[in-house]
Amino acid sequence: MKIIVTVKQVPDTSGRIAVNPDGTLNRASMQTIINPDDLNAIEAALDLKDELGCKVVAITMGPPPAEGMLRELMAMGVDESILVSGREFSGSDTYATSQILAAAIDTYGIDEDDIIMSGRQAIDGDTAQVGPQMAEKLGLPQVSYAGEIKKEGNTLTIKRMLEDGYMTLRVKTPCLVTCIKELNTPRFMNVWDILHTYEKPLKVMDYEALKDHPLMDKSTIGLQGSPTNILTSFTPPLKGAGRILEGSGKETTDELAGILSDKHII
Amino acid sequence: MDFNLSNEHKLIRKMMAEFTEEVVKPITAETDRTAEYPRETIEKLFDVGIMGMCVPEEYGGAGADPLASAIAIEELAKQCASTADILATHNGLCCDPILTYGTEEQKAKYLPMLTKGHKVGAFCLTEPNAGSDASKGQTECKLEGDHYVMNGSKIFITNGYVAEVFVVFAMTDKSKGTKGISAFIVENTFPGFSVGKHEVKMGLHGSPTAEIVFQDCIIPKENLLGKEGQGFKIAMATLDGGRIGIAAQALGIAEGAMAEAINYTKGRVQFGKPISKFQNTQFVLADMELGCEAGRLLVYQAAVKKANGERYTKEAAMAKLFNSEHAMKTTTKVVQMFGGYGYTNDYPVERMMRDAKITEIYEGTSEVQRIVISANMGL
Repeated sequence: MKIIVTVKQVPDTSGRIAVNPDGTLNRASMQTIINPDDLNAIEAALDLKDELGCKVVAITMGPPPAEGMLRELMAMGVDESILVSGREFSGSDTYATSQILAAAIDTYGIDEDDIIMSGRQAIDGDTAQVGPQMAEKLGLPQVSYAGEIKKEGNTLTIKRMLEDGYMTLRVKTPCLVTCIKELNTPRFMNVWDILHTYEKPLKVMDYEALKDHPLMDKSTIGLQGSPTNILTSFTPPLKGAGRILEGSGKETTDELAGILSDKHII
Repeated sequence: MDFNLSNEHKLIRKMMAEFTEEVVKPITAETDRTAEYPRETIEKLFDVGIMGMCVPEEYGGAGADPLASAIAIEELAKQCASTADILATHNGLCCDPILTYGTEEQKAKYLPMLTKGHKVGAFCLTEPNAGSDASKGQTECKLEGDHYVMNGSKIFITNGYVAEVFVVFAMTDKSKGTKGISAFIVENTFPGFSVGKHEVKMGLHGSPTAEIVFQDCIIPKENLLGKEGQGFKIAMATLDGGRIGIAAQALGIAEGAMAEAINYTKGRVQFGKPISKFQNTQFVLADMELGCEAGRLLVYQAAVKKANGERYTKEAAMAKLFNSEHAMKTTTKVVQMFGGYGYTNDYPVERMMRDAKITEIYEGTSEVQRIVISANMGL
């Protein structure tokens, strides 16, 4: 049994946002972090590894420096990593990305009792599309918004967290699960794995390695092949600092009414 | 000469920075106020392999080097010098001598306890009348059949009332002076072991300091660490390594205080502009940055020499002396920069100033470090 977790490096939104002339993000010149929801997926996989002793594999599509993120994940306990990297993949939207990642995962191999996990969505695009699209392309059942996961034999029991309640589902492996932040608290790296992370296997898959896979349609990868067109990317203007009035009595409400009145709001 | 950290050392720093931000920082002020031992933090430090990190994997550690340990202590001390002290003592003064001088049986029994077993370690050398002159200890230990009997007391013992494994120094033959001192591994459950007075200190409130009392304490014969009479040598060599830890702690305190100063002076407006724009502030901060950089190089140099098996007594003393005095100077100046606010506990800098002071005193005072340095100059 193994768990393959898809992960993404995203811009650290607490830092400076850089935009290319074509409107896409200039990722190379920005500080990056591991997409937060993906860390929840990694933690869910490592939890199952602790319980069942399975192998955990992290996979990402990105430029060569994404290796740094994969080494950090292996320093948390991930056993091996795959870096899907090639100039041909650059600028891919969710449709293209899910196609490339699905081909890469299928090339790596999916067994009967395997699970593929993804974060719910990435904080840069906020689409939540890559996980479900990969499941469709791989022909796997999928459960999104997992807030609780239990595995017994080849069956996963998953509590899906929805806006107005939850839904408990059972699904057979192999399957794809997208994870939300309420699922767990990601662990820290640890010294044992840090000192071995650069010895752990990291496989690079480039365009040559994937181009003949049946899931790959060369006309729908990269920026040119992506059906999504980004018109512009921008940083929203900062809001001014808010003011908090403490207390619940009449004095506070009078003060609030006074402020609103001064500003001619009421 | 390469001044870049290895990828693994960079990851240790990143992990510890994240750990410190998420786990340590939120409770540091409360730990100082209540003087409660940060038990949950220490448990988590065991979980991530930081406590006992230099112990080889076969004994439950991670096999990290002294530089990795120094980086971990430095990062912790940026927010909480108490937590850094607990770690520095455990790694440098308890795990290290057992690893270096222990028999295979001692290492197999005690090192897993101090790593995967989550038991905290301590080091007992100082006595009421034997501080800087550590050779004048009065605690005695006599061999009686298959065990030793220890009598005496030790003071100012870091981790004193939470530790379960102690490296203790006692006279086995008073007539031989320092050559009559021996080292022992003592568990807190041994008959005749007890914890005395808990110290109330100026700073390091979260670091549990206590008196340890041995009253006819029974110690199995096989718990002699090294040979009889080797104790003073073991103590001095252990303190060499321990000083790297305290130097790293002092460095972290200075770096933490400087970060607070940069943040505060950029936001504090007086006479129409942020005080960070006044040249006086900038020059003071420039000196702090210079001291931190120089101090860091001294700490890392000593740690790398230790890792390489080179002699590092002088380098460790210089790192400890420079960083502890720099931490004291820096925190004092940072409190000054904060003005009246700096004197209140609304900001962490008064705590940092109180915490910094001990680094000039313990594991060899600044005066002792100058003795050690000059003794290694061929004078």
